[in-house]
Amino acid sequence: MTTRYAFGGDEHIFVEVEDAMSLDAFFKSLSMTNAVREMKIAGVTEICPANASFQIKYDPDVIAPIELLAELMRLETVADAADFNLATRIIEMPVYYNDPWTYETQMRFRERHQDPTGTDLDYAARINGYASVDDFIVAHAASPWFVSMVGFVAGLPFLYQMVNRDKQLQTPKYLRPRTDTPKLTIGHGGCFGAIYSVRGAGGYQMFGITPVPIYDPTQEISYLRDFMIFFKPGDIVKFKSVDRAEYDAVLAAVGDGTFVPLIKPVTFSLEAFKADPAATNAKLLEALYGA
Amino acid sequence: MALEILKPGLATTVQDLGRPGYYHLGIPLSGGMDRLALAAANLLVGNDEGDAVLEAVFLGPEVRFTSDAIIAITGADLPVKIDGTEQPTWTTLSIKADQVLSFGFLKAGARAYIAIFGGIDVPVVLGSRSTYSLGALGGYHGRALKAGDALAQLPPKRSVRVGTTIATELRRGPGVNPILRVLPGLYWHRITAEAGNGFFEDTWKVAPEADRIGYRFRGGRPLEFVPREPPFGAGSDPSNIVDSCYPYGSIQVPGGTEPIVLHRDAVSGGGYFMIGAVISADMDLIGQLQPNQKARFTVVRMEEAIAARKEVQTTIATIRESI
Repeated sequence: MTTRYAFGGDEHIFVEVEDAMSLDAFFKSLSMTNAVREMKIAGVTEICPANASFQIKYDPDVIAPIELLAELMRLETVADAADFNLATRIIEMPVYYNDPWTYETQMRFRERHQDPTGTDLDYAARINGYASVDDFIVAHAASPWFVSMVGFVAGLPFLYQMVNRDKQLQTPKYLRPRTDTPKLTIGHGGCFGAIYSVRGAGGYQMFGITPVPIYDPTQEISYLRDFMIFFKPGDIVKFKSVDRAEYDAVLAAVGDGTFVPLIKPVTFSLEAFKADPAATNAKLLEALYGA
Repeated sequence: MALEILKPGLATTVQDLGRPGYYHLGIPLSGGMDRLALAAANLLVGNDEGDAVLEAVFLGPEVRFTSDAIIAITGADLPVKIDGTEQPTWTTLSIKADQVLSFGFLKAGARAYIAIFGGIDVPVVLGSRSTYSLGALGGYHGRALKAGDALAQLPPKRSVRVGTTIATELRRGPGVNPILRVLPGLYWHRITAEAGNGFFEDTWKVAPEADRIGYRFRGGRPLEFVPREPPFGAGSDPSNIVDSCYPYGSIQVPGGTEPIVLHRDAVSGGGYFMIGAVISADMDLIGQLQPNQKARFTVVRMEEAIAARKEVQTTIATIRESI
């Protein structure tokens, strides 16, 4: 990995750990941002981890840009040596794949899609070599995903599936972005999944919808009372395919305040994962669902 | 209650100096697009520089005051009227209960700041009263104002003599053909040297898609990319990158055609390369640009960016001392 440092105007330092996505790049970026946070450098105002890069916003009246740059470069040697063990949590997200709402939206914007004759799921299944949409959904929901970045808009998680590179699901974005995406759409662009936290513009392929809100500025939803945003980088997500009846049941439970997301604490070791992804994922699912 | 919105204008929002600390979760800074004008309006009514004001864009609101107040309007050249009589901008004004504040047609600039003594009282959300409309967060119920909305004020802090005015040379605006200063960097290496030169040589025009999230520009030559094998996860378009953070002021050029400068309500990240960022001192100027207005970009070094920043701070200090 060749780390690249660049100034973003006079108030940001941008650090690209690697130009390609990988778990190594993500973990190095995450551990460098954690180290910056722990150092409590005067003048640093925002620490933003991304998929394979990160960004520091600072006040140049407090710390000279070149001094902060030197601090960050020193950190890199520490991050290189670190073994990437992460105490985090695994969260189940029910998904109603092939739902009527994202279908309706797909049809409204069909002329902006690579394949105007089918659906986003048909297209994604075909170009990723799956015999059927059902097989594709199984692959999408089977292995867990890392939240590798939160952003674009408030609370939107970018997700990177915990499988080897040859198993990664990949799709292009829409030819031209849509001006509308239903709230809580499960999207996919490049190798990244996303959950649209709010309704709005978007370019990712649309696979389904979750009944579980992940952003609530009014903080009325029971599990978002402490903080309005559900996800943070390093969270692990397991999708679960549900039908219309289950979707409606969860929606009703969210509405009356009785829904409790299924969340379990886990530890993740990058080294163990790289040695045996299947065994690591099996262990994570065991933690989530019990032996 | 201090004021009632009779007509809302185009997109009038409550703004202060913003909400730092949550960009890593996709919640942008928000706050006044022209921070100097916002600070000046507050100082003219005896507020702290970062108190909450109304930001009006292109078209001013019509506001009935329900109690006597001291107000000031700064920023764009948007004629100010009280009960139909024209009043000076960048000046401390007195308004009585039941009088109506309204505005004429915009002459120059884009955004006007309406400060009331004490400051606008809306709930502080994550440390700020600023409105972030995309996330329905902060401000007045997370949205732009509508007719019939009633806003309260906080208790006045200091008194300023009515008629106090800010000297013309301290009122900063973009002027007719602004030149925006840019620190090249970020993914600058993705474009050819000729494309880089062309970007700074060409005259650009503000596109209709210009809002608090970002300003789009048109009219310059498309950028030529250095050929590459797309990195895993980046996407096949030469302007794609593995989704990263976006600095405020960063200039992304999707497809290499129309540059977008992200502003105070920036999307916090995405998959388009950026050729650099507009320096912090010139962000206020962008906030005062109108669609179709011409602008150019010019290269500066970090030392110049820092010097420009100090210059703006000196101007604000001079304004503070002059009141």
